[in-house]
Amino acid sequence: MIMDRYVRNAHNGDGRRTIAPMNGNIPMTLGHRASVDYILRMQGICKSFSGVPVLRDVNLDVAAGEVHALMGENGAGKSTLMKILCGIHQKDDGAIYLNGQPVHIRSPKESLRHGISMIHQELNPVRAMTVAENIFLGREPCYRFTTIVNRHRQREQAAVLFEELGASLNPDARMSSLSVAQMQLVEIVKAVSCRASIIIMDEPTSAIAGREVEKLFAIIRNLKSRGISIIYISHRLEEIFRISDTITVLRDGRFIASRPVAELDGAAVVRMMVGREIRELFPKAQAAVGSISLEVNGLARRGKFRDISFRARCGEVLGFGGLMGAGRSEVMETLFGMYRADAGVISIHGRSVAIRSPSDAIRHGLALVTEDRQLTGLNLKASVKANMTLVSLKKFCLARHVLRLGEESRAVDAQLQSLAVKARDQNQIVSTLSGGNQQKIVLAKWLLTDPQIVILDEPTRGIDIGAKADFYHIIRTLARQGRTVILVSSEMPELLGLCDRIIILCQGRITAEFTRGSFDQEEIIRAAIGQRRES
Amino acid sequence: MTFDTAENKPAANAEVLSPAPDPPPPIPPAEHSMAGPEPREAGRWKRTLRLLFKYGIYGAFVLLVAGMSVASPHFLTPVNIVNILLQTSVNGIIAVGMTLVIITAGIDLSVGSIVALSAVVAASFAHPGGYPLIVAILMGIGVGLAVGLVNGLLIAKKGLAPFIVTLAMMTAARGLALVYTSGRPVINLTGSYDFIGGGSMLGIPLPVVLFALTIAVGAFLLHFTRFGRYVFAVGGNEMAARVSGINTHRILIAVYAITGALSGLAGIILSSRVMSASPAGGAGYELDAIAAVVIGGTSLFGGIGSIAGTVVGVLIIGVMNNGLDMLNVSSYWQLVAKGAIILLAVLLDRKSAA
Repeated sequence: MIMDRYVRNAHNGDGRRTIAPMNGNIPMTLGHRASVDYILRMQGICKSFSGVPVLRDVNLDVAAGEVHALMGENGAGKSTLMKILCGIHQKDDGAIYLNGQPVHIRSPKESLRHGISMIHQELNPVRAMTVAENIFLGREPCYRFTTIVNRHRQREQAAVLFEELGASLNPDARMSSLSVAQMQLVEIVKAVSCRASIIIMDEPTSAIAGREVEKLFAIIRNLKSRGISIIYISHRLEEIFRISDTITVLRDGRFIASRPVAELDGAAVVRMMVGREIRELFPKAQAAVGSISLEVNGLARRGKFRDISFRARCGEVLGFGGLMGAGRSEVMETLFGMYRADAGVISIHGRSVAIRSPSDAIRHGLALVTEDRQLTGLNLKASVKANMTLVSLKKFCLARHVLRLGEESRAVDAQLQSLAVKARDQNQIVSTLSGGNQQKIVLAKWLLTDPQIVILDEPTRGIDIGAKADFYHIIRTLARQGRTVILVSSEMPELLGLCDRIIILCQGRITAEFTRGSFDQEEIIRAAIGQRRES
Repeated sequence: MTFDTAENKPAANAEVLSPAPDPPPPIPPAEHSMAGPEPREAGRWKRTLRLLFKYGIYGAFVLLVAGMSVASPHFLTPVNIVNILLQTSVNGIIAVGMTLVIITAGIDLSVGSIVALSAVVAASFAHPGGYPLIVAILMGIGVGLAVGLVNGLLIAKKGLAPFIVTLAMMTAARGLALVYTSGRPVINLTGSYDFIGGGSMLGIPLPVVLFALTIAVGAFLLHFTRFGRYVFAVGGNEMAARVSGINTHRILIAVYAITGALSGLAGIILSSRVMSASPAGGAGYELDAIAAVVIGGTSLFGGIGSIAGTVVGVLIIGVMNNGLDMLNVSSYWQLVAKGAIILLAVLLDRKSAA
């Protein structure tokens, strides 16, 4: 109903009332808070897919103007619960109350009308349109009695919305020219302009870093101060503790607990999430570091990075830190032959090699778990089996061409077991696996090639803490086997906990190198933002 | 014959990171809104529909054959079955190649023109007292292969869109066929040329044997070799395939070359069956082949498909044409029926995928 009124306003030429939606409405709901404790109550929610229960009797109570963190491992049921709230899925049982009134949310449209907006993890804007056009998509302000879009007012309204949030973004900018953080901002503004009283943010910081996270938090505080509630889904504990007021934990589709942040600490949350205490997140066992396996001298690619020189040894975990966009992924992709270097020499085991394509790299014993598993890591339409053996298929062939299906099947099963992948069977389509399990399939694909140098680019992004611990364990095991592991990561604890050496990149250049024992968080951060330069 | 159809489960609708949702219930029968037949009747109708959705296009094929058998006593006779297979063999051979192309997320619009070009070239080497039969055959297939190679090279190396490249080739190859023959059909062919289209082995017409061979080799290539896996990988996610060390260019060139060669073979069969080769022949064959592939559940977005599905797609079109002919349905209405079948197949595929 709120939506309807908004649209009508937008169409009959009354611009001013539409651009300050929050001032009119939300304080009213705040006024009601004395009688209604929670703006949203989801009670006893149950949901099954094909007879498999994914939510069993789950509760979620969100107060007005709070940041409510929803936590749980991948597959715990967070996404399903939020999809029910957004009208994408229908609950089998249970009740939803908004401001104390029972509601039925049967479609995303209805959910939006009830003031619920979701910022998805993977943003999907219309890239060819401008910021303002995206915000008002389907609700464009028009000239009176016409369906002709009033571009001028559309632009003006967008600008005001940004201003109210304390953010600045050109309403005329093309979406395709924006960074992920800026696209997120557009989505948030869109939600606000729809008069959302509840905004769900699904892993909003998974693809942004540093200063952008700070900006996002400032915006979240701004929204809070206007009485908008945020349901915040994230795996990053430090963030949760900084920004949220209440934490609700789900595990295996069950409600575990809901407590004020002040009553909790990181260990307690992790314990609730995994049902056990992860004492040793980072296995400490040091491997014996051996001879030099990889030597890079003066590697450069125009506009991306220059003068990259380093050495890595057998049995060593070498970390690459830095901000997003510092050129870390580009260095790795060039090393792997995905792009041609403009200059530089690569030597493997003391022999200079020419790597012109990924297949050259694979032949020289390299493996690359890329940053974006959906884009470059997996064929989402294919089975677990077909994905896992793709690189090493020759090993499972008669006369190099005819598949030996039995042999392949056994090797896949062995990998599924040793990496503890949760998959129904080898023929399951990988798009139906959770993020952590998908990532394990990518890793298994490369482990089947028996690589000597394993490059992992943000291997734990967007996966749950249980799978993370598995990955850390695997990384140390690989090093112990005498392989070289190169770990690109934006998560400081990961670099500090796992690496023998850390190289920091800033704007395409190496700015510092640290050896275990002399790790200094402050120095590392300073090198990453370019305040320190080693000569 | 059964093929590995593990890849043949379209996942397009599957929710990422969540279990597949319940299969949607069959379309409620119309009698809900009408004062309709008694409930038992409705139950049977529902059960039939559910069965249909469960087995998708394979179930539809069985139903179609059953329906035609009831409608005409002459339908399910050995003579007619061989006849259907003979009529479908040309489209079937092209469709096997087209399946590979479409699984790589491509399309080949030039196959009909290749059929004509190969036919006139092969026929021109088959005048009486000229070259041995094998030369005519090799020339026909060779021309198809060459055109396919050009398609593949342009698509892989130059990164042009398959639709555009093969659309251009469709026009150019047709032109070449007309230039080569000055626009006149090639006639006066040697008697031995008749063997390809008119001969038989163990009582089975040779085109049917060639169709069966193409199916067997195609299914083996696609489902039991490294090459086949790479075809799916390229179509499913070309970037990921490249990062996995696959020479994606070589795969793309190969699938277009194979399709070109198969179209050449189809052209030889076509010209041999009528003992003349027309530069205007084969028009519209690309759409028949694409229709068969799509009916067979292969995704136009690439990465999903099977030869078995395509074979059923080819047979559905063949059975429809043949059955409706027998029932004296006008060929104009047959076109409408074919269009309806294509739509129905895609709908069925979506339902059974859930």
